[in-house]
Amino acid sequence: MDLHEFQAKGLLRSYGVPVPDGGVASTASDALRVAKELKGDAWVIKAQVHAGGRGKAGGVKVVNTFSDVYDVSSHMLGMKIVTKQTGPDGKIVRRTLIEKATDIKQEIYLSFLVDRDSEQHMIIVSSEGGMDIEEVAENNPSAIVTERINPVTGMGLFLGRKIAKKIGLDSSLLNKFADVAHKLYNVFADHDGMMLEINPLVVTGDGDIVCLDAKMNVDENALYRHPKIEEMKDYGELEPQEVRASIFDLSYVSMDGNIGCMVNGAGLAMATMDIIKSYGGDPANFLDVGGGADVNKVREAFKIILTDPKVKVIFVNIFGGIVRCDLIAQGVLNGSDEVPSDRSIVVRLDGTNVEEGRKILEEGAAKTGLTIVTADTMADAAQKAVELAAGEEKPAKKKTSAKAKE
Amino acid sequence: MSILVNNRTKVVVQGLSGSQGKFHAQKMKEYGTNIVAGVVPGRGGSDVDGTPVFDTVEEAIRATGANASIVYVPPAYAADAVMESVDANLDLCVCITEGIPVKDMIKVKRLMKTSSSKTMLIGPNCPGVITPGECKMGIMPGEIHTPGTVGIVSKSGTLTYEAVKQVSAFGFGQSTCVGIGGDPIIGLKYIDLLEMYQFDAQTECVVLIGEIGGQAEVKAGEWIKQNFNKPVVAFIAGQTAPKGKRMGHAGAIISGGDDTAAAKMKALEECGVHVVQSPADIGKKVAEVLGK
Repeated sequence: MDLHEFQAKGLLRSYGVPVPDGGVASTASDALRVAKELKGDAWVIKAQVHAGGRGKAGGVKVVNTFSDVYDVSSHMLGMKIVTKQTGPDGKIVRRTLIEKATDIKQEIYLSFLVDRDSEQHMIIVSSEGGMDIEEVAENNPSAIVTERINPVTGMGLFLGRKIAKKIGLDSSLLNKFADVAHKLYNVFADHDGMMLEINPLVVTGDGDIVCLDAKMNVDENALYRHPKIEEMKDYGELEPQEVRASIFDLSYVSMDGNIGCMVNGAGLAMATMDIIKSYGGDPANFLDVGGGADVNKVREAFKIILTDPKVKVIFVNIFGGIVRCDLIAQGVLNGSDEVPSDRSIVVRLDGTNVEEGRKILEEGAAKTGLTIVTADTMADAAQKAVELAAGEEKPAKKKTSAKAKE
Repeated sequence: MSILVNNRTKVVVQGLSGSQGKFHAQKMKEYGTNIVAGVVPGRGGSDVDGTPVFDTVEEAIRATGANASIVYVPPAYAADAVMESVDANLDLCVCITEGIPVKDMIKVKRLMKTSSSKTMLIGPNCPGVITPGECKMGIMPGEIHTPGTVGIVSKSGTLTYEAVKQVSAFGFGQSTCVGIGGDPIIGLKYIDLLEMYQFDAQTECVVLIGEIGGQAEVKAGEWIKQNFNKPVVAFIAGQTAPKGKRMGHAGAIISGGDDTAAAKMKALEECGVHVVQSPADIGKKVAEVLGK
């Protein structure tokens, strides 16, 4: 789960980590009030959306007058931020964070994440702050220092001092840096962080260390023990289908194509998208109905898939292990009243009770008047789905002998 | 031969009284797995469908000689259940539970690295392990498997069943199929399993099924190139997955440029692995590689 910058900074502040003074606004007059309360003669206005690269997309502005605070805020609120991370549709700015501007002497990059390899947390620090870390890794890898963090000791001060030395920080800043890194790690670890990125962490003209930005992602599986974090979830940042899917415990990601997918199991769901592509089609979504797929879930899955107007064909690919194929078949039939008659359904069932399942579908299809095509193998089904999506006159290019012999 | 489990494996089910534990214990028994005990803290002395229940894993071992455990405990308590198995020094612990916090798994792995316990962990968030005809420890449909010479190791559940089905359709059975799980931090990894397949006389070929996210497949490829002397067929799921989106599995997320399906497929190919583009070609490729 992603946190907004202002939410993450709230956590940092509560742990005694230095962050600029600031406040959140959802209207331009709010923004003006915040700036007046902050006092000073320069402020930074930052769009609060879940996406990196805001600066380049016009989501971060420095202003020097109250009238600019008002004008820039009213322009920024409601605008669409489009960055590499938001996709082409972008994200609408609903809130801004107004902060006192900071006198920056030096910029540093710092992040914590989970290192799968060593099975520990890891800290990454770079002397080239304010830049995309992937770019630094590409162009100047020697500027990056990484350390694994022992889960027993946590982020020891010694480790912070060691890193500060390695990135060439002035000796007068050693202890301050180690203290900030230690507290940041505690914020990260105490809240089951998957990622905490401070870019930039800055040294001010007065020789203080301050977190100018904060991006945090928390382990969804651990939210049960962080009710306050769960309350911070901003459903406005998710696509409507993703919100709906999460209510029904379905896993959904939207894509650009016209073949909707309903699959049990994440691996098979990804493989289903891949095989559609290999036959020249384009998947409209990733959707895992999970191991406990029942009639209700199948119906909801249909509804969610069909909220995407691009969908022409729905490809149902189920390998029944624990899930019985006859139940899924019944679910498909019951849920098919959600499907308009100009769409088709291609169903591939395999595994437990497959014969009963196929029979139910064949008999039921005749009654519904819908086009329900059944297929024996994944390849066969994918090919049929692609052909149907392309329309009769333009059958998709066939791939040779992809079908496994039965 | 086979790896990890066989007809001498004696299984204790942790969380036997829950709906999942109860249901799957029954299925495993039907398959022929030797389920000797259940563990439900506070319910020791009772039984579930005739299987004796103990308060602790240690007591279950003492009374029944169990040497492996399977965990169906809910996510908030599952890591603790795994640590109990490690502490009790079982040979093997298979954790089916999905949704365990990553931080809990960091603790589990730290315990496993620093204790003298011999326990090997499979999972979490996995379908389990099966040696066809001998022992099923997991939630996979037993009937699609047949004894044979192909080892299958995979991060996925249903995609593994798909591979099993295809391999069987071409007339090949399986030695042992292992679902290692789709979480970022797991027990045994590809290389651990490949080392076992290397020394298993029954296994002639290995199917490796991976997905986007992490570096495990690439590392496996490098290890295969250096050490493995049996043919490997691989498929990587998520060729069409967008960057930065979690695709169902907690670990299935493209975060850099080198954890995409394309990058992994290329790396594996360069290591001499037979990579298939389409998931429908797994069985065919196995048949081709084994020359039958």
